[in-house]
Amino acid sequence: MEKISFDQLQEELYFEKMSNGLSVYVLPKKGFNKTYATFTTKYGSIDNHFVPLEKKEFVKVPDGIAHFLEHKLFEKEDGDVFQQFSRQGASANAFTSFTRTAYLFSSTSNVEQNLETLIDFVQEPYFTEKTVEKEKGIIGQEITMYDDNPDWRLYFGLIQNLYKNHPVKIDIAGTVESISPITADLLYECYRTFYHPSNMLLFIVGPVDPKAIMDQVRDNQGKKEYSSQPEIQRKFDEEPIEADQKKQVLKMNVQTSKCLLGIKALHVNQSGEEMLKNELTMNVFLDLLFGKSSANYEKLYSSGLIDETFSYDYTQEQGFGFAMVGGDTREPDKLAETLENMLMEAKKGGIFNEEQLGRAIKKKIGSFLRAVNSPEYIANQFTRYAFNDMNLFEVVPVLEKITLQDVEKLAAELVSEDRFSVCQVVPNK
Amino acid sequence: MDALTEKVSEMQGYKLHVVKTDKYKTNNIVWRMKTPLAKEDLTKRALLPHVLQSSSLKYPTTASLRSYLDELYGATLFVDLAKKGEYHVVSFSFEIANEKFLSDPSPLLEKGLEFLAEILTNPNANNGAFDQDTVEKEKRTLKQRIQSVFDDKMRYSNMRLIEEMCKGEPYALQVNGELDDVNSITPENLYDYFQKAFSEDEMDLYVIGDVNVEEVKNAASRLLQFKAREPQKAQAGSTRTKSEVKEVKEAQDVKQGKLNIGYRTNVVYGDKDYNALQVFNGIFGGFSHSKLFINVREKASLAYYAASRLESHKGLMMVMSGIDLKNYDQAVGIIKEQMEAMKKGDFTDKELEQTKAVIQNQMLETVDTARGLIEILYHNVISGQEIPLDQWLSGMQKTTKEEIVAVADKIELDTIYFLTGTEAGK
Repeated sequence: MEKISFDQLQEELYFEKMSNGLSVYVLPKKGFNKTYATFTTKYGSIDNHFVPLEKKEFVKVPDGIAHFLEHKLFEKEDGDVFQQFSRQGASANAFTSFTRTAYLFSSTSNVEQNLETLIDFVQEPYFTEKTVEKEKGIIGQEITMYDDNPDWRLYFGLIQNLYKNHPVKIDIAGTVESISPITADLLYECYRTFYHPSNMLLFIVGPVDPKAIMDQVRDNQGKKEYSSQPEIQRKFDEEPIEADQKKQVLKMNVQTSKCLLGIKALHVNQSGEEMLKNELTMNVFLDLLFGKSSANYEKLYSSGLIDETFSYDYTQEQGFGFAMVGGDTREPDKLAETLENMLMEAKKGGIFNEEQLGRAIKKKIGSFLRAVNSPEYIANQFTRYAFNDMNLFEVVPVLEKITLQDVEKLAAELVSEDRFSVCQVVPNK
Repeated sequence: MDALTEKVSEMQGYKLHVVKTDKYKTNNIVWRMKTPLAKEDLTKRALLPHVLQSSSLKYPTTASLRSYLDELYGATLFVDLAKKGEYHVVSFSFEIANEKFLSDPSPLLEKGLEFLAEILTNPNANNGAFDQDTVEKEKRTLKQRIQSVFDDKMRYSNMRLIEEMCKGEPYALQVNGELDDVNSITPENLYDYFQKAFSEDEMDLYVIGDVNVEEVKNAASRLLQFKAREPQKAQAGSTRTKSEVKEVKEAQDVKQGKLNIGYRTNVVYGDKDYNALQVFNGIFGGFSHSKLFINVREKASLAYYAASRLESHKGLMMVMSGIDLKNYDQAVGIIKEQMEAMKKGDFTDKELEQTKAVIQNQMLETVDTARGLIEILYHNVISGQEIPLDQWLSGMQKTTKEEIVAVADKIELDTIYFLTGTEAGK
């Protein structure tokens, strides 16, 4: 077990790599009632084209299967794992993103037992044709729920505009049609390939003893047989640098229009500190340009083009990335045009000064401190960072190093009309 | 549960609640004010906090105000409105870094309290009127906020259920006010309402973090002084006035139907059978081991979500589920069967123990966050009671099956609301 200290934050992190390849992290949090644990595989909706374990050929699997698998892992021969967690006073959940599937529990008692349940249920799949069929009705309703949600449609509509081939454009849950051919055998094939301990990370945060936790996990893993696994081969088709479509308008049963402008990211094969710095610089750039203290925000809000739903965000993972900005608006075309102009203006450079940059960085540091009050944030983000060879606790030092030149260079490179795309939701009557 | 040592001080016109804890890397300051819900002032009250947080005399533009917050290591300020029982509650929530975790050690908490006082007591106003531009901008945003509920079908159907179920009761009013009342708000009449609210509301200041209680008290008494008042009380709870169950179906262009069912519990927070009601709700529909989840979702595959929740101060229980349009009768049937099972005491000791364990867990987790802790402490302000968390938890743990069946007997189905598709119901 290795101990890593973060003095400024007054936190200590413990790490051990188990002999089967599983990475385990423990962050003790004194004074908290709750222990929160996540067990995450580096497997998400984009991993739909790969060589299955012990096979030679690439296969393509149905859209939505990673999410489907997440649902089905909770069901066992003797019933539902939710029942067991609640008997042990825990609340359990799971989620699937583009690149990860995470299983989690939180509890204020019986932590040892709950941790055992978490590890075991994820490592002991039980899929049958009957239960797989039954799940199609439930997931079908989940998909329909999102179909009626204009913000979700807007978000995915924009990703579909930006990307031509990359599977990030596929809705995480798939469609009612795409999940229909899923079978128990197919779930097992995905499971065996992606749920090997060497592709997974366990994170525990709470009022716990790190040594006892490590002993327990080592013991648990020691009882299970895993042969060592070669690196997983995933395949992604060539993706053009430009946005695939300039614009898409969705007509929906809404009263207020929505407009989101996206920019397709450029450097999407980064990892480690390079990626961390790029991501943070991008966030600082967006804050400077569109934050509530910016001249642009004041202009947009005063003119009535935006309201409080206005937001901006940057997403970057291995192989894809995008910035998005927008919200509810009375004039979706005018908002899109104004945002594009503001970005093109920033591309020219010279619009931000040192004082503004200093404030933007202070703001990010404060928001990081706020975030690390949350065990959920720490566990989920740490895992995401680790899968990209970044360290969550390096955020503040890297932020402090960002210069005005870094921001201007990024803006000059990234902002380009051919990587812009717009998605709008407008009332259907 | 040390974190729950709440120090309450009577201040000039408000109460100060301080909880000292070193769990967090930030300090939280929340200002809350409440008054009984009333149509007359509703929309002005919904607008007021948004006007106050957008500028002040010292920071006359949003950009200057927000720049100052950025300067304070990205301190956050947001306002929100809530209905708690028949009260309309306004909150100003402020969170600021604890300098202990920063490379720059200049103290921040007092600056935070000064800033909050600036927002509350030094508005961007002149000669008895708020700044005209600010009011106009915020009126426009308020209209959009009121309309936006229509676009979120889950919120919309819940709002419609309450509207139908509580017709004629103050609780049917919307937290964000009414569209038709926005235009008549002026910088003058809003300012009058501002003065009225700050002289009549029941007001509470919460400070949570690694703070010195005396220092906070001194700063608060220096910065925030209002005149003493006798706050108005709203009526707690409600009773059903209809003799028959009301069924409302509304058609819109939606793919998924939203089923919302309202019950009168005839029990409110602070009543001696409130613990039993809480456990009832947990067995019935509060969790993923509950009857609704198991029967509507897991067994019948009808829904992705099927749950119930309590409005503790109003005495309501609401069931919500998203279902295929054609499955209305089946879903309503299953939900009614689960309620019947509860009333008959048809639940096992295992379900009872499981539910107590997760309620206990949920409460202890809630008080791990500063905001959750404030929510819990504020229940006592709304109900006018003093129930410490540990007492509440031990009461809940002692609940018996007989008490749950007794409380179930009080629960009455009131209204079934279904948002259905335009070509559905067949």
